[in-house]
Formats: sequence, structure tokens, C-alpha cells
Amino acid sequence: MPSESVSPDVTVVPPLSIHDMTVAYQRKPVIWDIDYVAPTGKLVAIVGPNGAGKSTLINAALDLIPRASGQVQFYGGPYRKQRHRVGYVPQRESVDWDFPVSALDVVVMGLYRKVGWCLPVLPRHRHTALTALDRVGMADYAHRQIRRLSGGQQQRVFLARALVQDADLYLMDEPFTGVDAATERAIVEILRELRSLGKTALVVHHDLQTVAEYFDEVILLNMRLVATGPVATAFTTDNLRKTYGGRLMLVEQTDRIIGKGTSG
Amino acid sequence: MGNNHFGTSAGIAGTFLLLRKRSLLGDVVGHASLPGVAIAFLIMELHEPQSGKWLPGLLIGASLSGIAGMISTVIIRTCTRIKEDAALAITLGGFYGLGIVLFTIIQKLPTGSQAGLANFIYGNTATITQSEVDLIWRVAIVAIVAAGLLFKEFGLLCFDEQFAASQGWPVVLLDLILMGLVVAVCVIGLRSVGLLLVVALLIIPAASARFWTEKLSHMTLCAAVIGVVSCYMGAVSSALFSRLAAGAVIVLTGSVMFCVSLYFGTRRGVLLRWYTRRQLNQRIATQQLLLAFFEILETSVPPAPHQSLTDTTVSLDELLPKRSWTAKQLLRSLRDAQRLQYLASHSEREYRLTAQGETAARRAARNHRLWELYLLQHADVAPGHVDRDADRVEQVLDPEIIIKLETALFKKYPQMAVS
Repeated sequence: MPSESVSPDVTVVPPLSIHDMTVAYQRKPVIWDIDYVAPTGKLVAIVGPNGAGKSTLINAALDLIPRASGQVQFYGGPYRKQRHRVGYVPQRESVDWDFPVSALDVVVMGLYRKVGWCLPVLPRHRHTALTALDRVGMADYAHRQIRRLSGGQQQRVFLARALVQDADLYLMDEPFTGVDAATERAIVEILRELRSLGKTALVVHHDLQTVAEYFDEVILLNMRLVATGPVATAFTTDNLRKTYGGRLMLVEQTDRIIGKGTSG
Repeated sequence: MGNNHFGTSAGIAGTFLLLRKRSLLGDVVGHASLPGVAIAFLIMELHEPQSGKWLPGLLIGASLSGIAGMISTVIIRTCTRIKEDAALAITLGGFYGLGIVLFTIIQKLPTGSQAGLANFIYGNTATITQSEVDLIWRVAIVAIVAAGLLFKEFGLLCFDEQFAASQGWPVVLLDLILMGLVVAVCVIGLRSVGLLLVVALLIIPAASARFWTEKLSHMTLCAAVIGVVSCYMGAVSSALFSRLAAGAVIVLTGSVMFCVSLYFGTRRGVLLRWYTRRQLNQRIATQQLLLAFFEILETSVPPAPHQSLTDTTVSLDELLPKRSWTAKQLLRSLRDAQRLQYLASHSEREYRLTAQGETAARRAARNHRLWELYLLQHADVAPGHVDRDADRVEQVLDPEIIIKLETALFKKYPQMAVS
């Protein structure tokens, strides 16, 4: 399976390669024997039912939760050495939006590593952050307290916080969940812009209908890898049925979804 | 003076403790320090009689058992299925009980040097010696400087620990430093405020400050000021009235400042919230009134292009059945609308729109109907981003959607095309 997922034009080290990764919480494994090599310059959707381990995959790759076994390499090295090349957008629900900070303050947090220990944030850092907010269409809201932003706007703030890092690989955990149409379009535009710059993005995605439209490749996951590769070959009815199992309603819909995706 | 430094450091450390959602951990540290004080006293007495009340020694003992209490809480929470609140209650009660038992034993010792040890429970500023004050303010300064240096790191840790970890910040170390600061502040507060109330001085200034600001730096500053003022008032009053427990007065001052903040806070105070809610209700009432005017006028005035709506009067009897409002509510809304110069009263029960009112009424009707259509046609969208209060639909929706909606709107209500 890993050999299939490597694009033929990849001659440099892949942005992310996962080998035999198993992750367990408390007693039972959540994801089992994941083997995956991410292609450079592609937008990849991570798709699977609830509890399939999509977020776990990202969090374990980023050393945020311990791995039971397996190796993960970013650009040929361990994550702790390659952090500067990896941008991470956590789930919006993971923080308390009542926190006393503005949108700009949150984006500046993405630059704290560059600012360094114990040193204050300088005007040029704020300027960089403001540029990133502008890229996601949020410059007008820079000084608003984050609770007073809509869900989509909060998501865009998180995206901007990852963008300021100017990374080469972006891992995003459900950026499209519960956002408005304007935000969805803004995120898609950013993703395409990143791809045109030769960057890679792995995005946990819920909406099967837009997979073919937004992404180049998919990772179908349900505690194990079902299939990976280009949307055209891997995002098939058969594979979706293997991923979602007996959820009949959904499987019935998949033909329609696939038909819509490939024609559109 | 040591008191004021303590107040500052308590306000600052408390801000982060509050934002880390660990307020009660301060209480655990306070209570858990009691057995440490007792054990330190006993060890020092054994080592050299009459030396048991050497403050640095007692404070080290207090810190160690405070830390032990904190660690026990974490262990109980992570290694068992017991929830955080129960874990806090168990350690708090257990350590405090142990401390009280040890204190009872100490009281029965024949050394006679144990008098005043109970000051750690309730605090007593009157009997603090100069060397003790020097120790307190030095520790407080160290805590303040540490918090100042690690300000942005602590902020990141409290806001988004996971992101901080993904960025390579040593979150466990930062957390330990932060909790270390909390322990230090608790321990230097024992002597003046006492272990029962020390948590109040950590949390009250921070919680009060939150009502005044939406900025972390301002909140920290504000909490520090409230901490200082509380401590100052406490010290002054205990100097003026001997026998008045300073610790209690300090905490009471803080509580008063909390109440003031709760009501008058300029960012999230109760009065402000009440006022914004009233404003919103009033705005909605005005919108509904204008909508009612428009609905009456669009049927009575022929729908010719650029037909003015300002010439025709609308009577109270026409308005009343439009919505389920009482005559009293309606009259109040009419008064509000007149004050905003949307309406002019024609006679006792007759009103007409002003030019300004016509513009507003047309806009209200357009917004209202566009939203209705939008919700009909896009029922699958999250209703969370439908903002009916927005002045114009354009601020929220895409231009393409608006063009589609308007086409549908003009088909349904041809008379609206003129606006």
C-alpha cells in the first residue's frame, strides 16, 4: 500500500512518512499498523467515520500522544527536529474561546518559537500576523476578542496561526466542520494557494461530497488504512463501503456522491 | 510592604491559575501546607529546641507538603477513574486533617515555643517580624519577575496546551514552573492571610479583573492592582484596630472589589450585559414596528416605482393586530421610533413614516425577507451564521447568493424592486 501512495515524481524526501504506527489509549488500540507516505505538493483528505482515529493519526504523528509502536518521519527526520517545517491546525473545540485574547494575539502565538524564550513580541511579529489574518480575510477583525467571532471566523484565525509559521507541510484537524460558506471558500483558496507553492496539506475531512472537488488524494481510515492514493483511484464506492462498513444510508449515497465528485 | 508584594504576586499567579481552570488547586496547596508547617516545626525543635519557629524552615516545609498535595491530586486523577473535583476534595481534606492532628500533638509538647503557630491557619500581620517581611517580599519579587519573563509562554500554555506542545514548548516544564509559582505565592501568604483564605487572594483579584478587560496583559495588571489594594487595606485596618484579623479583612476587601467588578465591569459586568440586552430588545422592537408599517403601507399604497410611503398615515388600530404586542408595548415602541425620528405622529392615534423612517423600513423589510428566503432555500446550512441582527444582509452573505435571493424576492414581492 505505501508504494501505491507515493507519487512517481517524488524524488526528494517525502513530507511525512509513517511506518507501522499503532496508537493505543488506555487498553485498546485506536489505530493499527498505519503505513503511509505523503506526496509532495498535494492536498490530501483524511476520511473515515467517527472514532476511526483520524485526529489520533495526526496527534500521534505530531508526538502529541504517545505511539505504541512505529516510526514517523517528517522530511526524513523526527518531528522534534522538523517542527519549523510543519504547521498544525487543531480542532476549533480544543480551546476555550472565552480566553482574554484578540484574534491577532492568537495568530502571534504561531510566531512564539521565532520570538524565543522570555522575549517580548515585537511590532514586526504583529505585522507578520496581520498579513496572515489578511490572507484568510480576517484583517478587519484583528483586535476583536475571539469569543465575539463566529465559528467560521475562529477557524480562520486558527488557520492564520498556522500560516504565519510558513511551514511546508500543514496538518489540519477538521477545519471545515461547522463553518459558513465564506470560511469554507477562504480555506479552500488557502489550500490551493499552498499547493501552488509546492506545499502539502493533510486535512481531516468530514464531508464526502466535497472530497473530489477540494482534494487531490485521500486517506481512507477506519482504525486501519483502507486505501490511500489519488481521488480517482482510491475514493471508490468499494473502498468507501470498506471504510464506513454497514452504515447503509451512507453507502447508498456514495454512488451519487462519487458520480457528482468525478463529474464536477 | 511584604504584604503588598505578596498581593501583586498573588494577583499575577492567580490570573494564570484561573485561566488554566485550576482555581481549586490553590485551595489544595493552602490546606496541604499545614502538615508541612507542623512537621518542619517538629524537625527543627528536635534538632535544636526553641528554633521551631524559624520562618524559612517552616515555609520550606509548607512548600514541600503543598507540592505533595498537588501531586497527590494529579496522581489520584490520572491513575484512577476519580474525577478532578473529588480528587481535590480528597487531598484537601486528607492533608488538612493530618495537619490538624500534628498541630494537636505540638500543642501538648512541653517546649512552650509553639505559641503563634496557629497564625498560619488564620494569618496574622501584627506579629510579623522584619526578617519575615524581608523573606516574603524577596520571594514575591522572584515570583513576579518569573511570571513577567514567562508571560507569553504561560499565556500560550493556558490558552492552547496542545498547540504549545506541537510547537515544541516544554509544556510539562512550563506547567511545573507555573504551579511552582502558585505554591510560592500560597506559602508566603500563609503568614499574613492564613492557609484557609490564601486561595481567595489568588482567585478573587483575577476573577474581578476579568470583568474589566479582554486583554491578558491588562487582566494581569488589573489583578495585581486589586491584590495590592486588598492587602494594603487589610494591613491598614489591622494596624488601626488591634485584634482585627488582617487575613480576613484582606479577603473581604477583595470580595468587595469583586462585587463592584461584577456589577460595574466595563467588559462583562452585569449592568453592561443588562444594558446591551435592553438595547438589543429595543432595536428588535423598532425593526418589528417598521416592518409592520411597511407591511400595512405596501398593501394600501399602490406599488408604483418610487412611490413614497411617507404620505399615508397608519393608525394604532391597524398596527395593533399585526403582531402579538400589547397596546402598552406598541406605544413604547412608537415612542422609541419617534425619538429616532423614524415616525411622525399625525394625530392622537395616527402615525406616518418620515423619509428617514421610510429608508429604514424598506431596509428592514428587505433584510427580513431576504433572510426568510435564505433560510427556506438553504435550510441545510448551520443556522449559526444567520445574523438577522446585521444591519445589512450584505455583511454576512455572499454577493452571488444575494443576487439569487433578490431575484426570488422581486418575483414574490414586485413592489420591493423600487427600493
